[in-house]
Amino acid sequence: MRLSIYRFNPDIDKDPYMQDFEIDVLPEDHMLLDLLLRLKVQDETLTMRKSCREGVCGSDAMNINGKNGLACITKISSLGDSIVLRPLPGLPVIRDLVVDMTQFFKNYHSVKPYLINHDPVPEKERLQSPEQRAELDGLYECILCGACTTSCPSFWWNPDKFVGPAGLLQSYRFIADSRDQALQERLDDFEDPYRLYRCHNIMNCVDVCPKGLSPSKAIGKIKELKLKRM
Amino acid sequence: MGINTITYDAVVVGGGGAGLRAALALSDAGLKVAVISKVFPTRSHTVAAQGGIAASLGNAGEDNWLWHMYDTIKGSDYLGDQDAIEYMCKNAAAAVYELEHFGMPFDRMADGKIYQRPFGGMTQHFGKSTISRTCAAADRTGHAMLHTLYQRNIANNTHFLIEWFALDLIRDEEGDVVGLIVMEIETGEISVLNSKTTMLATGGAGRIFQASTNAFINTGDGLGMVSRANIPLEDMEFWQFHPTGVAGAGVLISEGVRGEGGYLVNSLGERFMQRYAPNAMDLASRDVVSRAIATEIKEGRGVGKNADTVLLKLDHLGEDVIKSKLPGIREIAKNFANIDPIKDPIPVVPTCHYMMGGIPTNIHGQVVDNAKNRVVNGLYAVGECACVSVHGANRLGSNSLLDLMVFGRAAGDHMADYSKKLTHAKPLPVNHAEQTMTRLFRLENGSGESVSEVGDSMRRIMQAHCGVFRFPELLDKGAKEIKELAIRENHIRIKDKNKIFNTARIEALELDNLIEVAKATMLSAQAREESRGAHCREDFPERNDETWLKHTLFYSEGNVLDYKPVVTKPLSVETFPLKARVY
Repeated sequence: MRLSIYRFNPDIDKDPYMQDFEIDVLPEDHMLLDLLLRLKVQDETLTMRKSCREGVCGSDAMNINGKNGLACITKISSLGDSIVLRPLPGLPVIRDLVVDMTQFFKNYHSVKPYLINHDPVPEKERLQSPEQRAELDGLYECILCGACTTSCPSFWWNPDKFVGPAGLLQSYRFIADSRDQALQERLDDFEDPYRLYRCHNIMNCVDVCPKGLSPSKAIGKIKELKLKRM
Repeated sequence: MGINTITYDAVVVGGGGAGLRAALALSDAGLKVAVISKVFPTRSHTVAAQGGIAASLGNAGEDNWLWHMYDTIKGSDYLGDQDAIEYMCKNAAAAVYELEHFGMPFDRMADGKIYQRPFGGMTQHFGKSTISRTCAAADRTGHAMLHTLYQRNIANNTHFLIEWFALDLIRDEEGDVVGLIVMEIETGEISVLNSKTTMLATGGAGRIFQASTNAFINTGDGLGMVSRANIPLEDMEFWQFHPTGVAGAGVLISEGVRGEGGYLVNSLGERFMQRYAPNAMDLASRDVVSRAIATEIKEGRGVGKNADTVLLKLDHLGEDVIKSKLPGIREIAKNFANIDPIKDPIPVVPTCHYMMGGIPTNIHGQVVDNAKNRVVNGLYAVGECACVSVHGANRLGSNSLLDLMVFGRAAGDHMADYSKKLTHAKPLPVNHAEQTMTRLFRLENGSGESVSEVGDSMRRIMQAHCGVFRFPELLDKGAKEIKELAIRENHIRIKDKNKIFNTARIEALELDNLIEVAKATMLSAQAREESRGAHCREDFPERNDETWLKHTLFYSEGNVLDYKPVVTKPLSVETFPLKARVY
């Protein structure tokens, strides 16, 4: 198997470059991450993030043959004869496949991604019907890997002004929660032409989400609520 | 020495469930707090917890925290401390309601209350019948909980130092902890955090074994730090092998699958748990189920090419239940076993999952460093890295998320009060960074084996010598080999000497911690001549309460073992007396 991997080490490299590796796929190699870990034994300077290796922590998002995904749940057999790996696009590269996600998390934080409820705290749980709870399915499962946001051309153009699909998905996760009381405040936050409205339904986010979520649908729902309010 | 020093009222090391819950207590108290984490907090291993969090809410049938307490003590094979277990079970409902108030998306029952499912070892009326006590958000409870806690911390404006790696504790002449030495991973710069109080919430260390459900980051960093600071590790021989890791991949398949009605079968298609636990069947304690699976495989009734797995059957639950209650499991089975559990059973094997032992603490989360429970001023530990001890010799499923919440809060509150009483952090002792700088310098000039060579040897030794069943000759050999390996580990080399985001260096420093954990595990296991909970000796098949109803303390320096009594007196109720443990 041939892998071509984006390399950049700011300690020594003036410019990034693509480095080719040849590696035999062993029977125990199932996922792309398995290959990368064996490559790292050969060349320990190869740098990436990793943690859970089962697609729930969101550490190892990268650009795989032109499409963002998680290395740990991308099957080698799905990738053809050669693999080209680059860091997530649209964010500054720290080293090799590691990007600086500060802007991504800043945008996430900016939507107040927490339950806002001003009622006195009850003694037991707040009640929520199974139907109300089902409204959160497809929203709360986001792992903040950044695959969607960094595949979005609108984010590439306006990373500091457009929230991006991941942040908007989380905004709608709280809008959709029957226990949340900040609907108006949350919608007010999207009055400007950028934060929400830079989404032009390109749908890259839906295409790449490793958890099968649809930020695009959530964004559509927020836009609908905004229309209704007018 | 020219190392940058930052002062804090409180520092929390680790951004998983326990650390984040403690951080809320500390930021609520208005203290100058930093949470340092080697990964972005939602990458912490709490995220991988699946089945749920136990609390006697009684939403799905009558329940009582005393029954939960009894189950936990029995589950622990009576090695758990009854004061800590009472504290945890009594405060469980409050912890779950708190999470709900924070916004956690629990599944719901038809009446709008939190959904609860059955889990192994959880019963009504002191063992009479099973109870649905485990509160769940589908099979992604840990994910839902960790994200909710992180989100609360955003609301609280908690200060995070993300992708900073903790290296060593700093103890002064009086033995008090006055801060720690850390490395910012992105720059490779070393700093000293001088703090009134320090909390270790660094999680587990399951990466000492070859086959593990644990994330790569579970390298026992807090345990390594205390070992190097002359603080013992408690009950390290007790490791939980989860009955259902995906064969080959090690990825966890939640006990929630059996809670929802799934069961295990051998090569004969027999539901074999009925022979091992006639009442609880597949919902017996994890140690019991893992031993049953290992026995089936040993006796030739395994499944697969090498007859080395058993099957977890759940297709009879139907597509709707699987899709609504176990969607994550289906995803994992498709990804890692190439099967769709709606149609086919999942091949599973017992897989290292959880460390019952850890850094000894009292119920306030204060670290204690000898058999008399002497408090180390300024140092706290919570969560999997700590041994308070609520899990004793075997943890019940869904008690670990509870442990994080209850003791994260208790320790956070205690730490806040203690920090407020001090006007400033105690001064740093002279040469406080010397030990750490020596350790770092060694890596620049090491000429021995690579990190992966030594790491692979460690995982192989642990897997072969210290697994589900433990044999005297294998333990003796394992002890010898792991001690030799610990010496070789001192000379590891790295080739990557760069400063910026050097993961090779981090992995070498993590190996320093893992090897401490491996050594403590093997030597503690070699010494305990009985079978209790997850520690099963072929040569001593019975529990021996007369000699061994006591906690192990292992000191790395000189490989010294000591013991301390189990706390059998609860806080307010009667002692639960010793009984034979059958399910």
